[in-house]
Amino acid sequence: METGSAGRDGEPVWRGLPPGLLRMRRLLLVVWLGLAALVGGLLLALLAGPVWALFALLPLAALGWGWVLLGRNWRSWRYAERADDLLISRGVLWREQTVVPYGRMQLIEVASGPVARRFGLASVQLHTAAAATDATIPGVDPAEAERLRDRLTELGEARSAGL
Amino acid sequence: MSAPEAPPAIPAGHKAAERRLHPVTPLRRAWAPFTVIAGWAAHDPGQAQQQLTRVTASTLLAVLAALVAAASLYGFLSWRFTSFAVTDTELRIRTGLLFRRTAHIRLDRIQAVDVTQPLPARIAGVAKLKLDAIGTDDKDELAYLGESEARALRAELLARAAGFAPETAHEVGEAPMRRLLHVPPGMLAISVLLIGTTWGSLLGALVVPTLVWFGTHSVWSVLVAGVPLVGGAATRSAGRFVRAYDWTVGESPDGLRIDHGLLDRAHETVPPGRVQTVRIVEPLLWRRLGWVRVELDVAGSSNSVLVPVAPRALAESVIARVLPGVTVPAALSRPPRRAGWCLPLWWRGHGLAVTGAVFATRHGLLRRTVSLVPHAKVQSVRLTQGPWERFRRVADVHVDNGAGKTVQARLRDAEEAAALLYAQADRSRTGRRDARPDRWMAS
Repeated sequence: METGSAGRDGEPVWRGLPPGLLRMRRLLLVVWLGLAALVGGLLLALLAGPVWALFALLPLAALGWGWVLLGRNWRSWRYAERADDLLISRGVLWREQTVVPYGRMQLIEVASGPVARRFGLASVQLHTAAAATDATIPGVDPAEAERLRDRLTELGEARSAGL
Repeated sequence: MSAPEAPPAIPAGHKAAERRLHPVTPLRRAWAPFTVIAGWAAHDPGQAQQQLTRVTASTLLAVLAALVAAASLYGFLSWRFTSFAVTDTELRIRTGLLFRRTAHIRLDRIQAVDVTQPLPARIAGVAKLKLDAIGTDDKDELAYLGESEARALRAELLARAAGFAPETAHEVGEAPMRRLLHVPPGMLAISVLLIGTTWGSLLGALVVPTLVWFGTHSVWSVLVAGVPLVGGAATRSAGRFVRAYDWTVGESPDGLRIDHGLLDRAHETVPPGRVQTVRIVEPLLWRRLGWVRVELDVAGSSNSVLVPVAPRALAESVIARVLPGVTVPAALSRPPRRAGWCLPLWWRGHGLAVTGAVFATRHGLLRRTVSLVPHAKVQSVRLTQGPWERFRRVADVHVDNGAGKTVQARLRDAEEAAALLYAQADRSRTGRRDARPDRWMAS
């Protein structure tokens, strides 16, 4: 049931983000840091000497660290549609959980850049009248994004409340 | 509140009569050249004198005349091309000489209406009318209108926004006002003297010249350093006093009325149900006297002070009128003692209370601030927890209101915070049901 996804006794049904998002982020990380290591290493080797080229290992170390961080961060993101509000939870060290009642949504934005499209991803962002509301789902399937958008719009209209 | 006896004879085309601003308006632009020259002369006296002695009096007059004529022409044209109209649903303002611009302001989304009169405008008998709606900017104001016209227009706009039938909106007139509070000048003067910034700037004005004297032993540099400081401190405090002089808060069916000012008069109206947050601020030196300042947040509005100074009981009675059914919670619960590891000393200043109508938090140790957000005004709720806070098992709850401000309940027990997050989301959803409609007289 679409409308009753709140589950029994109000326990929300959490959904994670698709693995495609993690793949995309890791690919971008590898491309940029790999490039940095390569260019840095070459330049240092040519201009300063081969020993200095060891500094090119720094971006590689950052790469390994970032690889793990991205995984942890990706796992931490999840969202749930309850009967009356949307929950978004994220963060590993600095955790944040946002609750937006459907009636308060002013605008729902679905966006996807060229790389995200290549990986079959789209981001969904919710705006309320409060600028501080930061409710973004960074990447979901385009089909899921559309489903979310339609459902949120419909629920937002049904439960609409002003300021 | 509709009037069934009103004849339906008024043709539909009648409603959007285009109106012009007061004919005095162009004059305010004609002053521009004088102010520019005066500003230049004041900024750089030597240079100005040199330049002025070079040109003869006749050329000077000619140049001035030309400038004034150009400015008047510009003023006249921009006046000629500015018009406004009130329709059933919106206020339309057309401006712009070359680039035409039309602002459509929806009346049922009005957050506040301000009629202000700077001193020159008071002398000329005109007033400025500004509508606060979300996303409006400074250009969306009507400057200037005749004094009585501004009042009549304000009454009409509010009547239409309230949902009176369009035919009767002209005749409804000014809603009667009941005075809630008036700040006596003596109390205001004392309150201005008892603010920390007054003392801080006074201290600065004493310390800096002394240091300069020991540094340079020159009277001239002491004067150069000291006079602007003393002057600045005095004008700031005097400005505070002059702005808040004769501060009157009233209540009318149109909403909250705030009138104030010694030289520049301002009359603000906040329709019912527009207040997003009320803050009770208690500066350190006022605490012995039991005085507080009350501030409010209205979406799209820049004015924030509701009561500049009042005894606590009186201020709370005003708040009860502004947010119907709300009483300021007397006791706020403090964070658990272990929160002191996250925020030494200042953790004691934080507090939280949730009543049936508001989410109330307190922060500040010396200058205490209590913020009240009605549940119906909460746009979203967030829970955040940093690593150190997780170690101490505490978390922060943020409540975002429609005026773009956030109220935080910091350092709550983690489990309490998690429960609070969901409970607050529920309350803000249900709190909306018994809130008044946007067109507050239409129900």
